[in-house]
Amino acid sequence: MKITTFFGAVAAATMTAGFASAGTLDDVKAKGFLQCGVSTGLTGFSAADANGNWDGFDVAVCRAVAAAVLGDPQAVKFTPTTGKTRFTALASGEIDILARNTTWTFSRDVDLKFTFVGVNYYDGQGFIAPKELGVSSAKDLDGATVCIQTGTTTELNLADFFRTNNISYEPVPIETNAEALQQYLAGACDTYTTDASGLAASRATFENPEDHALLPEIISKEPLGPLVRHGDDQWADIVRWSLNALIAAEELGVTSANVKESAMQAGNNPEINRLLGTEGNLGEQLGLSADFAKNAIAAGGNYGEIFAKNIGESTPIGLARGLNAQWTDGGLIYSPPFR
Amino acid sequence: MSATTDPPKDGFQLSQLIYDTRYRSMTIQIVALVLFLLGVGWLLNNAAQNLAALGKPLSFGFLGEAAGYDINQKLIEYNNQMSHGRAALVGVLNTLLVAVLGCILATVLGVFIGVLRLSNNWVVSRLMTVYIESFRNVPVLLWIVLTMAIFIESFPAPRAFRGDNATASMSFWDSVALTNRGLYIPKPEMYSGSMAVVVVFLLSIVGIFVFGSWSRKRQEATGQILPNFWIKLAIFFVPALLVYFLMGRPIGLELPALKGFNFQGGIYMRNSLIALTLALGLYTAAFVAENVRAGIMAVSKGQSEAASALGLSPGRTMNLIILPQALRVIIPPLISQYLNLTKNSSLAIAVGYMDVTGTLGGITLNQTGKEMESLLILMAIYLTISLIISSVMNWYNESVKLRER
Repeated sequence: MKITTFFGAVAAATMTAGFASAGTLDDVKAKGFLQCGVSTGLTGFSAADANGNWDGFDVAVCRAVAAAVLGDPQAVKFTPTTGKTRFTALASGEIDILARNTTWTFSRDVDLKFTFVGVNYYDGQGFIAPKELGVSSAKDLDGATVCIQTGTTTELNLADFFRTNNISYEPVPIETNAEALQQYLAGACDTYTTDASGLAASRATFENPEDHALLPEIISKEPLGPLVRHGDDQWADIVRWSLNALIAAEELGVTSANVKESAMQAGNNPEINRLLGTEGNLGEQLGLSADFAKNAIAAGGNYGEIFAKNIGESTPIGLARGLNAQWTDGGLIYSPPFR
Repeated sequence: MSATTDPPKDGFQLSQLIYDTRYRSMTIQIVALVLFLLGVGWLLNNAAQNLAALGKPLSFGFLGEAAGYDINQKLIEYNNQMSHGRAALVGVLNTLLVAVLGCILATVLGVFIGVLRLSNNWVVSRLMTVYIESFRNVPVLLWIVLTMAIFIESFPAPRAFRGDNATASMSFWDSVALTNRGLYIPKPEMYSGSMAVVVVFLLSIVGIFVFGSWSRKRQEATGQILPNFWIKLAIFFVPALLVYFLMGRPIGLELPALKGFNFQGGIYMRNSLIALTLALGLYTAAFVAENVRAGIMAVSKGQSEAASALGLSPGRTMNLIILPQALRVIIPPLISQYLNLTKNSSLAIAVGYMDVTGTLGGITLNQTGKEMESLLILMAIYLTISLIISSVMNWYNESVKLRER
């Protein structure tokens, strides 16, 4: 009898635990801040400055979501995660959203039980090598020692690439980008491989960037994007449409400079009106305020502004828009309509 | 008055379970055991239910799937098409390799330092104190990272060996290359007839033991002491060398040579293996040294005084009188140092050494998302290794401990 009560209590406790993890939006509102997993430091994407303020392309996504949900882009607590710890951190509920240049793959989506809400950077895996090695193609790397971040898709792509080309290599698994760069610069590995954007970002921090070349091969597709846990569709929708709002804003010409003005009253473009909440009730449907998109855009600007400010051609990282241009400019960046 | 001491007249009553001191302790123990088991059951049930709710029921099928990643140091055949289970096994062997190398280094160094710390020479004993205090009071992870950083930054990269004006060169008549990727040493190559040399060499090792026991008996019978060390050294080298030259030098050396990006040929000891072994060995040696010192100091001073009164040299006193008695005190704490070293080797990923924590608990866990399963297996593996080490050491302890008559 007592035991039955006990197991009843256990079952009840487990069920409430299950329900509690379902309402991420309520959790975030109750906490008053968003918990966001980022990388341990990759210039341009997510890096903390001397005062501990996080800044970067991935960080901007977190700030936009925080602005959309809580109205305050600063209401974010950042958790630095390594390639190895990031999924456990998200699955366990330690973070609400993971924005850490994470590749959207089938097994991560299906088997690891995560929901990728979109793509904020279309990337591919590349190699960097010192020019003095005289390597002009990744296929010349037979027998080379390759530094690689462990626990990433790049590790598997690398194995596939060398196997298909029937050449050998010596992998040196490393935990963080910083350690990999230390080994690469000391010559303990001949080449370092990771997402090409990450290589460009890292090269910008070298003493003599011009001594190092990115090899022409891009050996994989790496669509990078923010992700959340399976099982909370409302929260996934919020993150997805906060990201889409940034993308749509660029397409529609809404910038951080004119967003306040445009959101004052309904203009003559119905899509902008719906986006900024001056028409319709899209925000309410999400469980947010009507001006959620306005807040998200005001946090750091639209997608194009965020790109230009953090990793664009005027920054030391100097990445061209390329695949990441708007679809209207021949790129892949495309937001479904706000309707 | 007598009523209080009377045993209860009628049979067993339930209240006796609590009020009768004969049964009370048993009752408490059973209740505690039941509560404990319920607690464990609740935790397990909770974990299983939550995993099921996440859509990740407990299953170990992933061990049979293709791993897809490569491992640099493999003691057995492995490629990225083999299973996660195989990758875990490669990791286990790497763990064992670094644990064995580390334990040997820690024991040799530890005994040496422990003895030197008791030296009458003030400078030597102070130096050893500094060594012990600085190593054992800094976390081992820092030593591992520091050793690796020194390795990477202070030795030349392989490309420094290339070209006409190379800035680095190989040592020991171009047979050994020390680079920041590791150490390349020559590898013995066996030609026909080499088996004879190997057999003779093994026989001479047996010979050393036979000679040792013969010499001991002779000493007990006649009191004469032979120059044992030199004779054993001769038995070790002379017959094998003789056969080696008689057979026309059937064993050659494969020298490492710079080819492409790296040195090829020879035996390659990776920087991560060397750095990890050194750091774990040096760190644990500090603890072993303290155990050795404690063991030696536990042997009463009268023993060494009696030995010198008999005219034994300090070296023989140490070997014949002090150490055999000290070992009884040294072995039990030494077991736990070996266990510590083995468990500390799980910090290997800090230097990119692919031990079992790096393969099963790292890449496999990450690529398959089976956190609970991987960690359970990992814990079982470490538990098994530790239990084996401690049972072997306990057996050794039995054989050296004082025989009481």
